[in-house]
Amino acid sequence: MAPSRCHDVIVIGGGVVGITLARELSRYHLDVVVLESDAEVGFGVSKANSGIIHSGIHADPATLKGALEWPGNEGWLRLRDDLGFGFAQVGELLVALSAEELGTIEHLHARGERKGIPGLQRWDAARVRAHQPNLSRDVIAALWAPTAGVVNPYEAVLLIADNAAANGVEIATEQPVTAIEPAHRGEPDGPLVVHTPTRTLATRYLVNAAGLRADEVARMAGVGTFTITGRKGEEYLLDKRLAGLVTSVIFPCPTPTSKGTLVTPTFDGTIMVGPTAEATDDKDDTATTPEGAQAVFAAAKRLVPAISERDVIAEFAGVRAVADSDDFVLGATGRRGFVNAAGIQSPGLTAAPAIADHIIEVLRDEGLELRERSDWRPRAEHPVRFSVLSTREQAELAASEPGFAQLVCRCELVTEAEIVDAIERGARTLDGVKFRTRAGMGRCQGGFCTWRCLELLARCRGIPMTEVTKRGGTSWLVRDRDDVDAAPSGGS
Amino acid sequence: MPITGQLRHLEADYDVAIVGAGPAGMAAALGARARGAERILLVDRDAEPGGILLQCIHSGFGLHAFDEEITGPEYAQRYLEQVLEHDIDVLTDAYVMDVGPGGRMKLMSPTVGVTGLDARSVVLAMGARERTRGAIRIPGDRPSGVMTAGLAQRMVNLDGYLPGRRAAILGSGDIGLIMARRLRLEGVEVVGVFELLPHPSGLMRNVVQCLDDLDIPLHLSTTVVGIHGRDRLERVTVAPVDDGREPILERSWDVDVDTLLLSIGLIPDAELARELGALFDPVTGGPVVSGTMETTIPGVFAAGNVVHVNDLADWVSREARVAGEWAAALATGARRPDEDVRLVPGDNVAYVVPHTISRDGTHTVSFRVKRPIHGPTMLRIGEVHRRKVRAVVPAEMVTLQLAPRMLEGWSGAVLRIDAVPAEAVVR
Repeated sequence: MAPSRCHDVIVIGGGVVGITLARELSRYHLDVVVLESDAEVGFGVSKANSGIIHSGIHADPATLKGALEWPGNEGWLRLRDDLGFGFAQVGELLVALSAEELGTIEHLHARGERKGIPGLQRWDAARVRAHQPNLSRDVIAALWAPTAGVVNPYEAVLLIADNAAANGVEIATEQPVTAIEPAHRGEPDGPLVVHTPTRTLATRYLVNAAGLRADEVARMAGVGTFTITGRKGEEYLLDKRLAGLVTSVIFPCPTPTSKGTLVTPTFDGTIMVGPTAEATDDKDDTATTPEGAQAVFAAAKRLVPAISERDVIAEFAGVRAVADSDDFVLGATGRRGFVNAAGIQSPGLTAAPAIADHIIEVLRDEGLELRERSDWRPRAEHPVRFSVLSTREQAELAASEPGFAQLVCRCELVTEAEIVDAIERGARTLDGVKFRTRAGMGRCQGGFCTWRCLELLARCRGIPMTEVTKRGGTSWLVRDRDDVDAAPSGGS
Repeated sequence: MPITGQLRHLEADYDVAIVGAGPAGMAAALGARARGAERILLVDRDAEPGGILLQCIHSGFGLHAFDEEITGPEYAQRYLEQVLEHDIDVLTDAYVMDVGPGGRMKLMSPTVGVTGLDARSVVLAMGARERTRGAIRIPGDRPSGVMTAGLAQRMVNLDGYLPGRRAAILGSGDIGLIMARRLRLEGVEVVGVFELLPHPSGLMRNVVQCLDDLDIPLHLSTTVVGIHGRDRLERVTVAPVDDGREPILERSWDVDVDTLLLSIGLIPDAELARELGALFDPVTGGPVVSGTMETTIPGVFAAGNVVHVNDLADWVSREARVAGEWAAALATGARRPDEDVRLVPGDNVAYVVPHTISRDGTHTVSFRVKRPIHGPTMLRIGEVHRRKVRAVVPAEMVTLQLAPRMLEGWSGAVLRIDAVPAEAVVR
């Protein structure tokens, strides 16, 4: 029983890859739907990563990872120009702490130049020290790559998603895909039907950007040619007081499985250290661990001795989706119309715009007609960020709309009007509000503003407080009084 | 006597502007009025004055300030009535964004927008914030259901919601103890309070009235070492700690709960003072203050939990009154007293407030001990004063009065404060 309407493209997965692809597709006369299993887009590893747009030097150019890293970096600049999210090209320093590591630097330097990455320089210890005085005295040399940048990954994903939606893409959340089948029996090359617990949709093309579940989705389509395993990365955010400790991304020399533990000046001015790289059998395992913290801080202190566990204000973990080939899995499959954008491990965030371009070419080859729209709007209506405005701008805004004079989160200076706007843009959960507005991300970690955000979510969405969640599913936040046993149930 | 109309017009300048209208801010306003300040502004970020008192619906307030035991909202109400009687400008739903040197203040509120004003003196009375999970770095998942005890207190007492069905409490600070009782009375199962230290962090009266009387177990030298649950909290792992406060993981056990309240300490919410460049005390986490409660930034005073975390609101108000009085005195042309005596923590004393005093005034000296002494204890202020008390514990702040006559004939510059077993003191 195929639905009567047939979409042109359905993208499974509303992470950075799926969302960026959807926005690119919105340039054309196409009917595009994104199906996201979580309560909001970008709630997987897209919001739980280092937020680095890599310089382009890291991945082997013989792999898809390496081939798309540098074009992805350039793609982010274009996205930034269109959408105006926080993105600063702070550059990176890949440092050598021993004579053996000098060889690694030389190798990456030469390979980076062959890849065409501009601005690479070998710096001696004195130059490194002048640029980053807080680095360890053990640094003997470094490779400077000015093209590296830091981005707010969640802010970027949300703005890309908002822009895609403004251009007509339907973004459907809480839609985990449960089955994929041909729309018509006996027409294996015809349209596909996608089932979720609440919807059934038909489509001519299906892009599998399902992240950690991409292998399961491929199996549903009968093309389970790869497996995905999780590789967890723990990250630790330090107090704002340490802003400026480093002003570029600091890399150690890489190991075979990882770029190592980095010290990153985030776009918002905090210092972040991490990630770890631990294989995990449980793809949902985003727990931080004492061992992870120990490893991160031991490694970070080798680079920047002043870093201390005591300055942690928040910690999180993301799980990278690693294919068994250890490379991106991109392209057409044995099932006509079913295209993979899978196995997106590091440098996946960096490569995302290039992956989108690559997949669009695949779709074109597969017969998708791409007619450009004349009414496509590349620019996003930007949410107001009250805290960064001048006093005069703040006063003008507050005079025109009192919600801009009503403070909700004082650590990050977020106003009620910004929260309401975030909800109108699609924030459905406390985490959604937090990642869109930064409310609750500061020093007090939501101690004061959580309740106000909850009230605003309930009011604007017209739901009871008991139905507001932290991030969807069963992550409820409060219970009604009569929802517990009336009689105290004795001691434990 | 609720506030009937929201202040819609701000003066361009004030004698004294006070940031925060809790037990500190309101007392400071009254002190400023008593000392002759004419234009006084009291700013609070919440919809009503009172601060955290409004959610503290338990009794135990006012024993010192009013000689009777009342609840937090009653305590707030009594101060608020006086504030309104004394015709003090109260601006609520307002946030002070910045205080510049010289008392230039930038604030925002829906009624006055984003605006500036000048204050001859400023009193910082923003209180404290709660330490969060990040501060003690509990590893594990990040489900809903892990929150500070103060947030839970707000949702239960002010809004009538419950944080969950089955709760554990980490930390035996007063808010945690009070919330253990509150949740139990509301029908939430409270499996226990877990405290890292070998002694409770809160007042003994709260341990007795909130835990013992309700048979809620208190696990000392025990902490939470793991948080589990993808969406909602499902269980926590707890473990005893050794003498170095390191968890003994082999002896850990799991507790099924959907709620974990954190009562792991308060931090002075003193960012405005930090941004001004005031000198800070690393122990209190608040600004260094003089005997007049002035910070190292001239004209900027601070009092209450923004300076050091007090155990009782009554002490906060007493200290803030001094700040308000001196803020007014300076604003109206009085001279700063010469403060050439430093107070420093000595044996078994963690910190002392104020940090400096003059020789001619009467001063209340507040401090906390590092370790409990369960027996007669001698409190000493240098060579000039000593007082014997029955016992001391870190949970209870100690105060001593220092009068000018005690300093007569003493010409030193530093007074060390000690709290030692009485028998150790050689007379």
